Amino acid sequence: MFGYLLKRLIQMTLVLWVVSVIVFLMMSFTGDPVFMVVPIDATDAEIAQARRLLGLDQSLLVQYGKFLTSLVQGDFGNSYVFRQPAMTLILERMPATVEMVLVAMALAIVVAIPLGVYAGANPNSRISRVIMAGSLLGISLPGFWVGMVLIYLFAVHWGVFPSSGRGDTAEFLGLRISLLTWDGWHHIMLPAITLSLGTMAILLRMTRAGMMEVGRQDFMKFARAKGATRRDVLYKHGLKNALIPVVTIFGLQLGDLIAFATITETIFSWPGMGKLLIDSIYRADRPVIVVYLMLVALIFVVINFIVDIVYTLIDPRITLK
Amino acid sequence: MTRQIKSKPLLAVQDLHTHFHTFAGTVKAVNGVSFEVGAGEVMGLVGESGGGKSVVGFSILGLIDSPGKIEGGQILLDGQDLVSAGENRLRQVRGREISMVFQDPMTSLNPLHTVGRQMDEVLCLHSDLDAAARKQACIDMLESVGISRAEERLKAYPHQFSGGMRQRVVIAIAMLARPRLIIADEPTTALDVTIQSQILKLMRQQIADKGASMILITHDLAVVSEMADHITVLYCGNVVERGKTRELIETPTHPYTRGLIDSIPDTAERHDRLKQIPGSVPDIRNLPKGCNFKDRCPRAQALCAEREPTLTAQHGSLWAACHFPLKPGELA
Ligand SMILES: Nc1ncnc2c1ncn2[C@@H]1O[C@H](COP(=O)(O)OP(=O)(O)OP(=O)(O)O)[C@@H](O)[C@H]1O
Ligand code: SF4
Ligand SMILES: [Mg+2]
Repeated sequence: MFGYLLKRLIQMTLVLWVVSVIVFLMMSFTGDPVFMVVPIDATDAEIAQARRLLGLDQSLLVQYGKFLTSLVQGDFGNSYVFRQPAMTLILERMPATVEMVLVAMALAIVVAIPLGVYAGANPNSRISRVIMAGSLLGISLPGFWVGMVLIYLFAVHWGVFPSSGRGDTAEFLGLRISLLTWDGWHHIMLPAITLSLGTMAILLRMTRAGMMEVGRQDFMKFARAKGATRRDVLYKHGLKNALIPVVTIFGLQLGDLIAFATITETIFSWPGMGKLLIDSIYRADRPVIVVYLMLVALIFVVINFIVDIVYTLIDPRITLK
Repeated sequence: MTRQIKSKPLLAVQDLHTHFHTFAGTVKAVNGVSFEVGAGEVMGLVGESGGGKSVVGFSILGLIDSPGKIEGGQILLDGQDLVSAGENRLRQVRGREISMVFQDPMTSLNPLHTVGRQMDEVLCLHSDLDAAARKQACIDMLESVGISRAEERLKAYPHQFSGGMRQRVVIAIAMLARPRLIIADEPTTALDVTIQSQILKLMRQQIADKGASMILITHDLAVVSEMADHITVLYCGNVVERGKTRELIETPTHPYTRGLIDSIPDTAERHDRLKQIPGSVPDIRNLPKGCNFKDRCPRAQALCAEREPTLTAQHGSLWAACHFPLKPGELA
């Protein structure tokens, strides 16, 4: 177990290092951030001065060395635009994104699993066909369009949900959380639903495929031959065996939504980190982009690790090696 | 003169029809099968692959899934029909009154649940013992099927067991709720020969101890002749011959039964006696007119292609569906 953890840790560090190289190169070859910090009428001398201050006059290797050292030290620099530590900027906005994603993922599971199990167990029923057609829509409809339709129906037409913003938040461990207030819940519903549809559809289809596969297995029939109820056969025996691919996709989607909830956040003016990313890209605010990308890489690596652990909890034949 | 009172059989299958409605046509997997199993009896169900043996077993437990359907007939347990019974009644029957051992021990157990949990499930469903008593019952049952260190083994997963051990577990599960009938669907074909005879011995002893009955499904007449009181021979979803084991093995009247017996490898006899039945099983989606066996039968005559033979009484306890049955002593 200790050996495994060590191996994983080295692996994760390696991944993050590779990402840091890629991020650094990307940053070095796209745009010249010096123009973001000097006034429009700056003289050549002033520009050169700024360049020196930012360390942009040195060789790439030296620059990368500095970059990596400060990353390792947890010093990600100040935003060119906000003149605040980039990390603080992102961490301030992260709870908004994470809670929206968590609600979306919870919604996706709660809907996808039972419907997927049903559709997998009764592949020929009419209801299953409706479910599958619905899931196809969920996959193919673009999020921004769904978001706009939801806003039109629920916010503009019926006025049951607000169309933008986060609503009231409450402080918890120094973080501002919407889920602690009724108003926050009210605000989170539309963006969370919008965000969840795609994942819901994918998870549903994975669950269905898994259940159809499992349904053909002898042990399912054997469980019925023992006298187990249909429900127990499906959920206690079947679902667990169908779950590995579902968990895999779940992990990927979770990382994906946290990293790239941008569109949904923009539509609903949700003050999350996705919106910050877009703004920072527009303004070539390099430190913020760097922290963002590194953080996303870290999130993916950690989720991946957790998913691997979950595998072993599901299937005793899978061991951590 | 004493008059023999015929007691009601434990299980009576009457004119069972189970069909599969597939895209490629209707598969009449079981097409008018009847037999009885008395209390404490072992009934052997034999025939080549595809004869409908497993489908008969699954039909009895109501485990036929779409596109399959029981299209006709009755399955009487203590005189009560199971074909028309609802799912709730069937769930009481499954595991408690009738249980089943599947063909392949490698796939009958859920790989993600411990052996203990899978055993406990039966007792949860069919007894009102408390947790401690259930656990003890599981341990006792595992020990009685020859698994040592049973308490420890309850916590193990199926993949930690060998094939023979898994089949013992499956048998233990099948016996746990003390059912009155066990359907054993080729319980040993997936196992190697030495384990085969161990498992068969075990099953015979278990059902004798508990006074249960058994339907032993196999394509191996040698196995069934050692274990069964009666034998029913299936061919293309029909009963072609049935009767007491000894009479059926020693003096079969149906040419198909004769062929099966002749293909038993027998070390005592010279090797050239061993012969396979020529030809292969016809496509049961479109069976020929007349006798289903006529293309492979050495005794076939014109009549066989015209009229389908029906079960008629032969000598002793035997019944056979053949226009030209063998007389006792006749070879082929
Ligand atoms: N689910 C199904 N769908 C379509 N046809 C089926 C299905 N199950 C069984 N059959 C058909 O029913 C016939 C009888 O099958 P069954 O499994 O009962 O044979 P068997 O006598 O048990 O053979 P084996 O010795 O190979 O186990 C076969 O022709 C098979 O193709
Ligand atoms: S009916 Fe004819 S073809 Fe069929 S088994 Fe008897 S003799 Fe052979
Ligand atoms: Mg079979």
